[in-house]
Amino acid sequence: MEKERYLKLIKDTSPKTKMARTLVFSFLVGGSICCVGQLVSDIIMLISPAMPEIEMKMWTTIVMIFLGSFFTGIGLYDKLGYYAGGGSIIPITGFANSIVSPAMEYNREGIVFGVCAKMFTIAGPIIVFGIVSSVIVGLIGMFFV
Amino acid sequence: MKCGERSFIFDNSVYVRSGYTIVGDKEGKGNYGNYFDLVLSDDLWGQKSYERAECKMHKEAILGAMQKAGINESDIGLMLAGDLMNEIVGSGFAARDFACGFMGLYNACATYGEALLLGGMLISAGYEKYVTCSSSSHFSTAERQYRYPLELGTQRTPTSQWTVTGAGCTVLSAEFGEEGFPLVTAGTIGRVIDMGVEDEGNMGGAMAPAAADTIITHLRDTKRDASYYDLILTGDLGKYGKELLQYILADEGYDGINNLQDCGAIYFTEDQKTEQGGSGAGCANTLFNGYFLKKMLQGKYSKILLVPTGALLSRDTPLQKETIPSIAHAIAFEKK
Repeated sequence: MEKERYLKLIKDTSPKTKMARTLVFSFLVGGSICCVGQLVSDIIMLISPAMPEIEMKMWTTIVMIFLGSFFTGIGLYDKLGYYAGGGSIIPITGFANSIVSPAMEYNREGIVFGVCAKMFTIAGPIIVFGIVSSVIVGLIGMFFV
Repeated sequence: MKCGERSFIFDNSVYVRSGYTIVGDKEGKGNYGNYFDLVLSDDLWGQKSYERAECKMHKEAILGAMQKAGINESDIGLMLAGDLMNEIVGSGFAARDFACGFMGLYNACATYGEALLLGGMLISAGYEKYVTCSSSSHFSTAERQYRYPLELGTQRTPTSQWTVTGAGCTVLSAEFGEEGFPLVTAGTIGRVIDMGVEDEGNMGGAMAPAAADTIITHLRDTKRDASYYDLILTGDLGKYGKELLQYILADEGYDGINNLQDCGAIYFTEDQKTEQGGSGAGCANTLFNGYFLKKMLQGKYSKILLVPTGALLSRDTPLQKETIPSIAHAIAFEKK
């Protein structure tokens, strides 16, 4: 069988991701995580009504990162990710998951070359893109706004 | 005796003396859970890491097979072993506890086939009397090496497969052992085939052409019809890979082969969510030693052509835009 014909066969016949189901799950889970975030910030506002908004947002982020890390630690976040896909990767809880999961995985290789070195294997690109784009946006803001 | 392009028919008898398998918890809950010799309830098996657990499984599988064959360490002339971990540490570390000759092999998931072919040749030629052929894979060591950390919340692609946690060992011998065991009678050495598949999430697609090539070469070289065998058993093509294999065989003029089966495709149940099924160096090995060898003993099958398949890539090669080369070896088991 010729290469081109075989590759076309694979392209035509290979099982595809069930888009409708994946999108619905992703929307529901991603949305629910955001609702939890809103709930957290509402609770913070209840506890400390005098807190400035920027500080409240910071505390909300910290709590969400903790929750993402916690559920990764007890082995539930990956099960959620199996169904939710992007829905659980994109919120900040997913970012926490991408840092904590390699840290746990490489715990056995020691603190320095295991946990600390491997911690950013997944999240590294996100940090790089985050910093680079913030610099670009900052420069645009400095000159044009 | 060499026969045709890449096949051999063994001149002297090569007896299968025993087969022993150890699998993980998920495998034990799969379709063939009752047939394995030892099912672990914990994939770590009391070890500090999954790598150590795989080494222990590999070692215990060899010991189990030796015990089942009723032989001692001193009888073994050579251990042929391989696994999927970098630098095949699973086999090398397992072998340090034996005072036997050792040769480490790597053909990815086709390693078990490579071991059987070489072991058969050495015994048939009279160089060895007892050879152990073993291989292992572990889901958790393979995931971190080829894919992502275990706890990362990613989705599996529909064409992906689940690496089997399992180790198995077959003892081959020049001496007749127990009644009912098959002989290794023939084999075909595979060649590396690359059809340009780039997706490392579709191993079945990458390996199916290699399996087809080896099966066709075997049938042509030995002048046998596919129906000569009760079963042609491929390694870990998975459900979709098996469909592709059937398509390629039909395309090459070998249609109507209705005795094809794939170890990966039947390993797990639907509910276990493994997408296309099992894979790994322990897949074909544990299912053959665990289930099919026992069924041969019981008389359900008398001739099986085992075709373990392997994809010869590393984690980095797909990132470097390389395609996936694959290989498959064929070994004929027959009861006389």
